Amino acid sequence: MDLTKMFQFNADRSSYPELDANGKPIIDLSSHKYLKLWQGPQHPGVTGNMSLELTVNGDEIVESITHVGYLHRGFEKLMERRKFIQCFPTCIRMCVAEPDPNEYILSACIEELGGIEVPETAQWLRTLALEMARLQVLLRGVPGQAGTFSLGLGYQWGNYIRDLILDRFEELTGGRVYHMYILPGGVRGLLPDGFKKRMEENLKLVDEFLVNINDLMYNNIVFKQRAVGLAVIPVEWIDKYGVYGPSARAAGIMRDVRKTHPYLKYGELDFEPFTTTASDVYARSLVRWHDLKMTVDLIRQIMAKMPDKGDIKAPTPNVMHWRIPKGETYVKCESSRGEYGMYMVTDGSDMPRRVNLKGPSYTQATALLERLLINANIADTAAIMVSLATCPPEIER
Amino acid sequence: MVEILKELEERFQVSDLVQQKDHLAFVSVDKNKAIPMITWLKDQAGYTSLTLITAVDWLEDGKFQLTYMINNPKNKTQIAARVMIDRENATMESAHHLWESVRIYQRELKEMFGIDFPGSPGVDESFILEGWVDIPPYRRDFDTKKYSEETYFPRPGRQSNDPAEYMKSKMYPNE
Repeated sequence: MDLTKMFQFNADRSSYPELDANGKPIIDLSSHKYLKLWQGPQHPGVTGNMSLELTVNGDEIVESITHVGYLHRGFEKLMERRKFIQCFPTCIRMCVAEPDPNEYILSACIEELGGIEVPETAQWLRTLALEMARLQVLLRGVPGQAGTFSLGLGYQWGNYIRDLILDRFEELTGGRVYHMYILPGGVRGLLPDGFKKRMEENLKLVDEFLVNINDLMYNNIVFKQRAVGLAVIPVEWIDKYGVYGPSARAAGIMRDVRKTHPYLKYGELDFEPFTTTASDVYARSLVRWHDLKMTVDLIRQIMAKMPDKGDIKAPTPNVMHWRIPKGETYVKCESSRGEYGMYMVTDGSDMPRRVNLKGPSYTQATALLERLLINANIADTAAIMVSLATCPPEIER
Repeated sequence: MVEILKELEERFQVSDLVQQKDHLAFVSVDKNKAIPMITWLKDQAGYTSLTLITAVDWLEDGKFQLTYMINNPKNKTQIAARVMIDRENATMESAHHLWESVRIYQRELKEMFGIDFPGSPGVDESFILEGWVDIPPYRRDFDTKKYSEETYFPRPGRQSNDPAEYMKSKMYPNE
């Protein structure tokens, strides 16, 4: 990996701080060479309520420290004091933009430890709900990358189509943002009449959007000049810093739980996640564009293959008195940002002993982002952060 | 998966083996053999990726369970090592030298459970909480309800009204 690109911004390093043995810059604020600058917690260029404490020299960042805790609500602790079914309203809020993977991993943990088998039709419906969630989040996420370079038009297009997908969610689940469609044992309902036809109409719009956004972003000289070569993640960092999903695939490393550990009905679907090797902001954005394209294809496949009727919920014990035997497990799925997993420990009572959620932002927005921002320009901070698809609630849970 | 678990039994005397799924196994390991075992798994057995580090509070036993979950991207298997440590003056050897992200987990565990990892960079800095003086909040004996009742109190000057009555009194007071 060519690391010289990261240092291209100013080849003369003489006025910049020396690095200590751990690669951290030695900064003396009293020398007046450096300035502290806070980006966030309220800033249009951060992806939620978190802040970055930047130390800058001119307009180049020499050190970045991630600060979280602006929305800590102690979800994991609250879930220890709630019955399993009562955990759902809490759990789905752990990632607001894409709540469905939360529902799925919590249900899957409960089912695995409680010994429940999910019916076939429910598994198809779950796969559909998870892909629809990915679709709606990528419709904003893909053009959002251009938004960080002040190209806001694609975001408007994407937001319009996302709203139509939320309409589909509303008719399927009753909710637009939070759905709680996936519950222990299965799902809450079958597809409404005419759902597939309306979904197909929406998908046609996404097809058009994919072509337009390709012209708008990936063939745009400003976007290319700013994104190509920016914030390169070398292959050696993938495991060292904990890089998952699309960010790892942009570095040429295949990381996609849907492929590596097929869950639900992904084993019966035909898809190949896109990988590339450039590993810069442009490559990560391109991977997401291909993910969006693949999601459209997957939804079409699911709708063609899924049964129209069938059992959608396995019988469970009374959820208000459901005691789950002592045990522990870890269930993972692929969110739009990468591997999304839940570690659950039960002790035979009617509440979980411990729930721990692990999302990709936990490592990507802390250790990795702090490292990537060194030597970046202040104006590129937002782009780098968005390219990692940071979701702050995942960090502080 | 079976071979690696056998090897762990021989080399590090792991116990309480539970093969939860085809690709996921839980093992218990002694406190002072845990970090050598994880280092061996990472460097020699291909378990190069860290999934998570977390703690479970077994208050009634006076123990904390630390769970280190690591992952082998090549053969797609996952091993979770449980390490039981005393709840009193909970301390564990730091693993920050193995992965860059470990220091973040350890910093969070120090703040939320009060488990110390001497030598871990920034382990004493606050991660999520600011100016916290109570016992670490993720411990089982920390009562969230009691804390919020003592800390947050109904502020004076707030009263609730019956919506229908209130609207009537505002809009049609004479009817």
